[in-house]
Amino acid sequence: MTKKTFSGDYQSLILISKFIESKGEKAGLNEDDLYAVKLAVDEACTNIIEHAYGGELNGDIVCECKTHDDYFEIILNDKGEKFDPESVEPPNIGTALKNLKTRGAGLYLIKKLIDEVNFEFNDETGTTLRLKKKIA
Amino acid sequence: MAIQTTEYKRCAVLKMDGRIDSVTSDELKNALIALNEKGVFRIIFNMEDVSFVSSRGFWVMIEAQKNCKRYNRGELVLANLPDKIKSSLDLVGLNQYFSFSDDIVSAVGNF
Repeated sequence: MTKKTFSGDYQSLILISKFIESKGEKAGLNEDDLYAVKLAVDEACTNIIEHAYGGELNGDIVCECKTHDDYFEIILNDKGEKFDPESVEPPNIGTALKNLKTRGAGLYLIKKLIDEVNFEFNDETGTTLRLKKKIA
Repeated sequence: MAIQTTEYKRCAVLKMDGRIDSVTSDELKNALIALNEKGVFRIIFNMEDVSFVSSRGFWVMIEAQKNCKRYNRGELVLANLPDKIKSSLDLVGLNQYFSFSDDIVSAVGNF
């Protein structure tokens, strides 16, 4: 099974991670890239629960994994509130420790970890996030 | 997931295993705050058995670092950090706010 539905709560994060791990291993991702993908998916799912659904148990997260010739693709779908990814401010990392805002690195980290990040918003099908990681 | 704290004369060593994510990060946060409330601001976080850290976990460590370094009273040192976790900390740029150690005995001795 390459597609699975998880309830939108934080306890699902470890289950999603295990699902990604089993599919990523079969796709041939090396250990570092597999960790990067698991971290990016954890950040994405945390954002879905926290921001799209506004809290736990307000909707599901559908997770699908696809293996292509040279990349591994994870597709996450939710039916929560849509948002503008371009409006998300990056964290102010680099500033003095005392001024560092300790929130909001999720999308920033996802973009650093993943080769291609694409959001699609549709009134009927909800928000679909596609993450593509090259297979080294 | 378990958290173990060992207090020495000049510092404390905190050890946690497993994942530090949206589920478990509050437990780390509470353990660090408990040390601060006892006046312990020199803390070594032994991460050798930590398997995963999300940004939520990073922010808990940053908040703890802010508390520890305030008034120049101490520091949170990250010890035995697994390479994969160090790489993600480097990637996001939060490595600049921490000192690292590969040896608990030396880290304790340096305080």
